[in-house]
Amino acid sequence: MHGPIGCASYTWDIRGSLSSGSELYRNSFSTDLKERDIIFGGEKKLAKAIDELVEKYNAKLVFVYSTCVVGVIGDDLEAVCKTAAQKHGIEVLPVQSSGFIGNKSMGYRAACDTLLRLIDPGEKKIIKENKFINYLGDFNLAGEAWIIKKYLQRIGIDVNVAFTGDSSYQKLKTAPEASLNIIQCAGSMYYLAGKMQELYNIPYMQISFLGLEDTANSLRKIAAFFEDEEIMNQAEKLIKEEVFSTKPKIDFYREKLKGKRAAVYVGGGFKAISLIKQFREIGIEVVMIGTQTGRKEEYEIINNLVEDGTVVLDDANPSELEQFMIEKGAHLLVGGVKERPLAYKLGLAFIDHNHERKHPLSGFVGAVNFAQEVYSAVCSPVWDYVHGKEGS
Amino acid sequence: MLDSTPKEIIERKSGGVINPAKTCQPLGAMYAALGIHKCLPHSHGSQGCCSYHRSHLTRHFKEPVMASTSSFTEGASVFGGGANLKTSIKNVFSIYNPDVMAIHTTCLSETIGDDLPSTINSAEVPEDKVVIYASTPSYQGSHITGFSNMTKGMVDCLAKATTETKKEQANIIPGFVNPGDMREIKRIVNLMNVNFTMFPDTSGVLDTPMTGQYVMYPKGGTKVEDIADAGNSKLTLALGQYASEDAAKLLERKCDVNYTALKTPIGIKATDQLVMALRQNFTEEIPYELEEERGQLVDIMTDTHHQFHGKKVAIFGDPDVVIGLTEFLLSLGMKPVHILTGTPTSTLGGIGGFFEKEINHLLEPAGIEAQVKAGGDLFELHQWIKNEPVDLIIGNTYGKYIAKAEDIPLVRVGFPILDRSVQTYLPVVGYKGAMRLIEMITNTLLDREDRDSKDEDFELVM
Repeated sequence: MHGPIGCASYTWDIRGSLSSGSELYRNSFSTDLKERDIIFGGEKKLAKAIDELVEKYNAKLVFVYSTCVVGVIGDDLEAVCKTAAQKHGIEVLPVQSSGFIGNKSMGYRAACDTLLRLIDPGEKKIIKENKFINYLGDFNLAGEAWIIKKYLQRIGIDVNVAFTGDSSYQKLKTAPEASLNIIQCAGSMYYLAGKMQELYNIPYMQISFLGLEDTANSLRKIAAFFEDEEIMNQAEKLIKEEVFSTKPKIDFYREKLKGKRAAVYVGGGFKAISLIKQFREIGIEVVMIGTQTGRKEEYEIINNLVEDGTVVLDDANPSELEQFMIEKGAHLLVGGVKERPLAYKLGLAFIDHNHERKHPLSGFVGAVNFAQEVYSAVCSPVWDYVHGKEGS
Repeated sequence: MLDSTPKEIIERKSGGVINPAKTCQPLGAMYAALGIHKCLPHSHGSQGCCSYHRSHLTRHFKEPVMASTSSFTEGASVFGGGANLKTSIKNVFSIYNPDVMAIHTTCLSETIGDDLPSTINSAEVPEDKVVIYASTPSYQGSHITGFSNMTKGMVDCLAKATTETKKEQANIIPGFVNPGDMREIKRIVNLMNVNFTMFPDTSGVLDTPMTGQYVMYPKGGTKVEDIADAGNSKLTLALGQYASEDAAKLLERKCDVNYTALKTPIGIKATDQLVMALRQNFTEEIPYELEEERGQLVDIMTDTHHQFHGKKVAIFGDPDVVIGLTEFLLSLGMKPVHILTGTPTSTLGGIGGFFEKEINHLLEPAGIEAQVKAGGDLFELHQWIKNEPVDLIIGNTYGKYIAKAEDIPLVRVGFPILDRSVQTYLPVVGYKGAMRLIEMITNTLLDREDRDSKDEDFELVM
């Protein structure tokens, strides 16, 4: 992280992403720019920091992130990275992610641009592998990418590489060889998928592995793409088996949760759509739903999906959330780290659906985890004390 | 395994940081601002800064943290953020209606050279409302510097000397500690029967009770009129030189209020000094309640001292807290051998070598030689520990990587603590806080002993 210390401090190991290899990514590296560097430029310090890190950790690939102040003082990241790459014989790539370029979506875009440079095969000929897919927008939180990879393996499809959960330098390099891109988190990876279609002629489809219904539908959709009878049969078999073993568990929670009301405030629109369906599976009606980066088309789907009277919000602030949660009598909120204490103050249960968690919510197993988590949050005896049913 | 730190120490040439033991100024400024009653902190910079500071504070305090941002775009970065700030001030007062807006800068707005005072002067501020500000460039100092600068901003913008003679009251600047600590300090000063104003004071703001309702501006926090009246006090006690002394100094210059800088009152000695300073300046007798607490603490220290003697400890965190902890551990007979803070020394008005000097001053009489460093990082601390292992690590949550890699127990004290709860409600300062620290440390050490002891050595009575 090329910038003052804060930028690296706040982003240090705040994701629940799991790795099957090195744990190096869980450390935090910063050039810790000081006043002097801001005045005289931070390029030399950056070059030295890259040298030091490559010497210590023998890395094959270094990403250098630009921050606000680096963008303003005009350090030439491109040049520093190029020199370092030549010096060490590895790849060093800048990510032009200065804070002022825009919101989170713009940051994803900057990262996608860098990934595109990384996977560019140059003169090398691309050999297309059949039934070989890339899984975009899964960061292997709590091993979620592994769950999905196993499902796909069972139906005869190999996941080439996930962007970027548990991926590796070598694996990312082979991304252009895939015959299909599937996208889970659209907010981060839609742009990359579009670019890969344009450059490498890889079609893409949006899928969602949240909830029984969407997981099953997504597997069917992927299977159908390959127009292979065997794969489609295998998919149906897997769905049948998994639904058979998970449905009773879901039904158990459904009984307990019937009639409860949920408020949802998440990052992307696609996730919001899945959550509405997933809550329905466990007997809960979504009475308020909002997103930070949802697109117009997604809002149309949301509007068609929800019951009349449901509040639909875009880019809401805390006081709006508060107002509608109370008005609609929600029992729980799904949101990010900053919303948790807000929900608690109002006496509402809270479900973490963010990037910090270490328990999987994807796939059939994730659907059960989700139901279990909602149950233990909503049905905890502590709420009786909050609402004055116990004690004074 | 999370360990990717090599044992061999190679000279670090880059000046970069691996696994920081500090964060940037604006976070401290935001925390300090939350200690003013009905105050909305405002981050003059890009959106990300504000969002990260709020998340980070929320993770530690488990409370809602509200703040607004000037939300810089590329345009604002090129043409200046003045227009954004003026709109922000107008919107914040009309929509969120705080009594005070506390604006701090970021690296971006500092570097492009936004002139805060003149922008604020020409902004529309409702009549009975106040805007205060502090310059908090992220590339200088640490979050502790930011806390200090915002506290200075309170003095600069609010404190006034209006009376002929100074009032029989004290100003207490608590430093960057938890609301539970601020409560405990207030309890002690109240027991001493001394009138006082504490600023900033986040108790009642970041440790609010559950009522089933969300209030944007809770009951706590220092009132603006009380900070103004701080200019009429006869004495300021600055607890923790790093976080509090600069504001006390400014108050002396501006309003002629004498000040005494004391350690953060962690442990028996530093608490004694606070109590004695109050007694001397306000000629109040020490009440039995405090004497009793102190006596209990000494009793506990004697009951438990055999568990501490000669145990090697690594301490890291914010300088004021680390200094207090070091003194206390020494008084228990422990051996702090690695002592590190991420906050550099040279940035606070050029008080170079302060942390290291202060720590060495404590270590010398005990005859202990230790690795001591200001402006260090946790990579370095880890390397020290690999080369000279310790029995215990005391520090914030980030110590858990080292603790796990080296299988050393960790006692969590300081900021941030992201993986445990309740600690923000309970003090580590004062006599009660010292008892709590002893409980935390002995429990941790004895749990470890129980875990590791062979069956034949496993003891019922310890």
